[in-house]
Amino acid sequence: MQVIATRPKSLTDLQFTYCPGCTHGIAHRLIAEAMDELDMRNRMMGVAPVGCSVFAYKFFNCDMAEAAHGRAPAVATGMKRARPDMFVFTYQGDGDLVAIGTAEIVHAANRGEKISIFFINNAIYGMTGGQMAPTTLPGMKTTTSPYGRDEKDIGYPIRACELLNSLVSPYFIERVSLLSPQEIIKAKKAVLKAMQYNKEGRGFTFVEFVSTCPTNWGLDPLQAREWARENMLPYYKIGNFRDKGAEGGEK
Amino acid sequence: MVKSSMHGVFFIQGDIACAEGAIAAGCRFFGGYPITPASEIAERLALRLPQLDGVFVQFEDEIASMAAILGASWAGVKSMTATSGPGISLMLENIGLGMMMEAPCVIVNVQRGSPSTGLPTSWGQSDMMQARWGSHGDYGSISLCPKSPQEFFDLTVKAFNYSEKYRLPVFVLADAIVGHMTEKVVIPPVDELEIIDRKYTTRPLSEYLPYACDKSLVPEFAKAGNGYRYHTTGLTHDERGYPDMSEECHIKLVNRLVDKIRKNARDIILTEEHDIDGADVILISYGITSRTVVPAIQKARQKGIKVGYLRLITVWPFPEEKIRNLASRVAGFVIPEINLGQVGLEVERCAGSVARTRIVPHPGGGIHRTGAVVKAIEEVAHAK
Ligand SMILES: Cc1ncc(C[n+]2csc(CCOP(=O)(O)OP(=O)(O)O)c2C)c(N)n1
Ligand code: SF4
Repeated sequence: MQVIATRPKSLTDLQFTYCPGCTHGIAHRLIAEAMDELDMRNRMMGVAPVGCSVFAYKFFNCDMAEAAHGRAPAVATGMKRARPDMFVFTYQGDGDLVAIGTAEIVHAANRGEKISIFFINNAIYGMTGGQMAPTTLPGMKTTTSPYGRDEKDIGYPIRACELLNSLVSPYFIERVSLLSPQEIIKAKKAVLKAMQYNKEGRGFTFVEFVSTCPTNWGLDPLQAREWARENMLPYYKIGNFRDKGAEGGEK
Repeated sequence: MVKSSMHGVFFIQGDIACAEGAIAAGCRFFGGYPITPASEIAERLALRLPQLDGVFVQFEDEIASMAAILGASWAGVKSMTATSGPGISLMLENIGLGMMMEAPCVIVNVQRGSPSTGLPTSWGQSDMMQARWGSHGDYGSISLCPKSPQEFFDLTVKAFNYSEKYRLPVFVLADAIVGHMTEKVVIPPVDELEIIDRKYTTRPLSEYLPYACDKSLVPEFAKAGNGYRYHTTGLTHDERGYPDMSEECHIKLVNRLVDKIRKNARDIILTEEHDIDGADVILISYGITSRTVVPAIQKARQKGIKVGYLRLITVWPFPEEKIRNLASRVAGFVIPEINLGQVGLEVERCAGSVARTRIVPHPGGGIHRTGAVVKAIEEVAHAK
């Protein structure tokens, strides 16, 4: 018998507690695989957010700490600056990263902290039961936008990659999606690159995952993927925004 | 679409009752950020306020939410926010600003298990002292504690009334049980409720001073846009509202902020009492705990102990006078609360060496065991 795929060592044996069809699990796996492949696990510290992935520290098999809602990049900065020999990543939802944590992500990026940020954009607050996020699409109904998000009233959804790409310091910024096997394979490449740069201490790396929240969207997992493809991908364009390590340097 | 506030008999959740209480009180601005177990208040108001030409804004965090309700209040609209532990902690700086500006508004804290993120979906009464002393400095403050969805409605209305009458941010300190339980709630027509609105000045422009006040110690408002050019600041200020950082001015201002509540305490303090006369032991409780300890009181009475019951509906300002008076008439007090002893410390302070006090602590996530409360009652009754 030939083993062609196993559970990454950087994940614990625990079964994920995410809802069926939720892409948090896929994102976890990609990050864990990259940690394994780059042999970073024993020197890795992760920062779990407040959000559905608040239990990520049960799943990632490395040192993990929770941060107060939105403050993961500041906590990560403290870790990395105190222990430059360690690798540090944060894992954050959209409410966490572009609502309450907007100041922390912008300033960590602007300082060019040598950390990796993994950003789950599912257009909604998952953990607290489906409220509007800064990434909720125009017209989308949530429990706090019961008449549909009105962009004239509350503004357009925030595009984190584009926002951070206006800063000079970040080293690597890419948006990927997790809606099909092909997209997941591409996403893995971005994660690997971010982690490689992290390992080499090159600078601030940021990967946004266009994700799904079937539970709070009120859709089954397959419908959720289709909904994300039709509605999220046109607004949140997939692609690399910044790769200072690539040939030709900065884009 | 419903165009007015609703009335009738309903079977609704505490959080919904709170939102409806705000609407009945005339709140037309809600600024907030989702957090369990308070999110339902925001969700209800996201649905209801637009029906009433009110404003609902979900902000990027609790800091902005609290700042925004101060802005709305200053612009003349009754405003509110609702959150829980971590959110309140973020609001504290602006709560202090509201105390200094004397901006009427209501802050609802549906308490969960703390500290930090603690027990998000479970309850606690652990933010009692935070409500009193959380923001830096000395200021008088008001906190009301509902024990049921009905009271969550009633006390939200009262909180608005006190905030308008005494010009300050007022806390409603509920907890996850009261917020999430569903019970019968009677909502009277708005015109049958006592609704207090802020006092606008009738003085001519030339005679108006934003922070001048009479014996009530509460200054009059001027309506934004009416030409008064009134202003406010978190810096120590004189009657004109201009910064004056002298010792003299500071003494006068800070004392007034404290005295306007202290001297009006009788109007603000609400309690419920049973069998106080002739009691040997008085059980003091507030919020949900006042319901969970009823079996303990019954058991202790079966054992022949005369137990009185005092429920603090208003926790801040603390009913010092009442406790001092009672202390000379009883063997002691038993204070079960879902924290490790916060309001109990106040009872201890007022009882001094005159009466015994026994705090029955519980850190949250559960309720007091009847046996533990009975034991405390017995100890107080029989101790020599
Ligand atoms: C200061 C503070 N405010 C609010 C909350 C409540 N809260 C917990 S998770 C969460 C939102 C999470 O949404 P998101 O970041 O989009 O992650 P997801 O759950 O969708 O993965 C909120 C508002 C909190 N814990 N702390
Ligand atoms: S609520 Fe949404 S984001 Fe959270 S685990 Fe379920 S599907 Fe995933």
